[in-house]
Amino acid sequence: MTDEIRALSAQYAADPSSLVFLRLGEVLRARGQPDAALKVVLQGLSRYPHLPEAHDLHARILVDRRDFAGAFDEWDMVLRLVPHHVGAHKGIGFLYYRAGELDRALYHLRAAAELDPEDAGLHAAVERVAGGGEIWDTPMPEAPVDRAPLPTAADHGTDLPFADLAGGSDGLLLVDQHGLRLGGGVRTLEGRDVSEQAAAALAGIAREASRAARLLAMGEWSHLSVECADVSACILNPTVDSTLLAVIDAGTPGGQLAFAADRAAKSARAWLERQR
Amino acid sequence: MSADLATLLDGLTRMRGVRGALLVSAEDGITVAGALLEEEQGPALAALAATLLARVRELIAETGHEPPRFLHLQSAEGLLLLAPAAGDLVVVSVAGREALIGPLRLEMLRIAEQLD
Repeated sequence: MTDEIRALSAQYAADPSSLVFLRLGEVLRARGQPDAALKVVLQGLSRYPHLPEAHDLHARILVDRRDFAGAFDEWDMVLRLVPHHVGAHKGIGFLYYRAGELDRALYHLRAAAELDPEDAGLHAAVERVAGGGEIWDTPMPEAPVDRAPLPTAADHGTDLPFADLAGGSDGLLLVDQHGLRLGGGVRTLEGRDVSEQAAAALAGIAREASRAARLLAMGEWSHLSVECADVSACILNPTVDSTLLAVIDAGTPGGQLAFAADRAAKSARAWLERQR
Repeated sequence: MSADLATLLDGLTRMRGVRGALLVSAEDGITVAGALLEEEQGPALAALAATLLARVRELIAETGHEPPRFLHLQSAEGLLLLAPAAGDLVVVSVAGREALIGPLRLEMLRIAEQLD
């Protein structure tokens, strides 16, 4: 347990009616402890059932636990309480996006971007979903009638693409050709889940790699390895319509990265075949 | 095209399996120096290399890691290598499958460092 979690837990125990549960839940979530975070936020919600920030935190924890329907309900609740809540629009936008409901996704992501014009990542996400920057010249459409997005293949049960790998799905992300996450996930060093953003970028990389290989008459590309000062990554296509990202510490030998990526690709291929 | 910059690539273009090497502006996707065996591919390759690098940078930035310093696209018939320098330039090389990736990588990183 880190010092910050210990201090926040002590503060919360001393005064269970305080709002410190929000901070404690955030920290637990960021440190990759969604179960503990869930317990804290549910306790908080029992005292503050109409607190939008608690529902927003609850939704993000549910996304971590891959309960997307539950997350949708929570963000829907936030928007009923605070119609201009940036986090809820953003969250619902990403849920629609991953379900392939692009018009609804675009509406909510754009609503969030207009509420938070400083968020460059959100701005880029809107343009990516809209297919270009011209979106900002068109009037904001009427709010759609929201309904929970249909579950994707990745939402069903525990049959996940990397479930049979000893190391689990840490640092592995599988996406379809449209940038929709199918399984696995990636986090920042601080523990923030950036899987949806990475998924969209990954599909774009696969397209550019294919274009480059075609131009150079190199045949089908087999993998793209990326070397950074602190991390190495390998990108490959387990099937013609999916792309896999494997991220590993920079100190790991290149051969080990390729081995891990190939093993994950094999697992993903088997899983994709089971889904068809 | 700058002769000084082109000279930087001389060692690289003489390496085994290398079909060409370019210095590309990452921002504009245009060739600053260098040559390919199939010269007509140059402008399109420069643009594609810049776009590929931009996409990879976007992905790495999303994950909060240090920017990429070397990219290796492998296919059955050859490879495309990119080594971004600190400024706007990227060292790009195209090689056949007979190329030795280790020495090529080191040479490209050396050139990228000289451009810093």
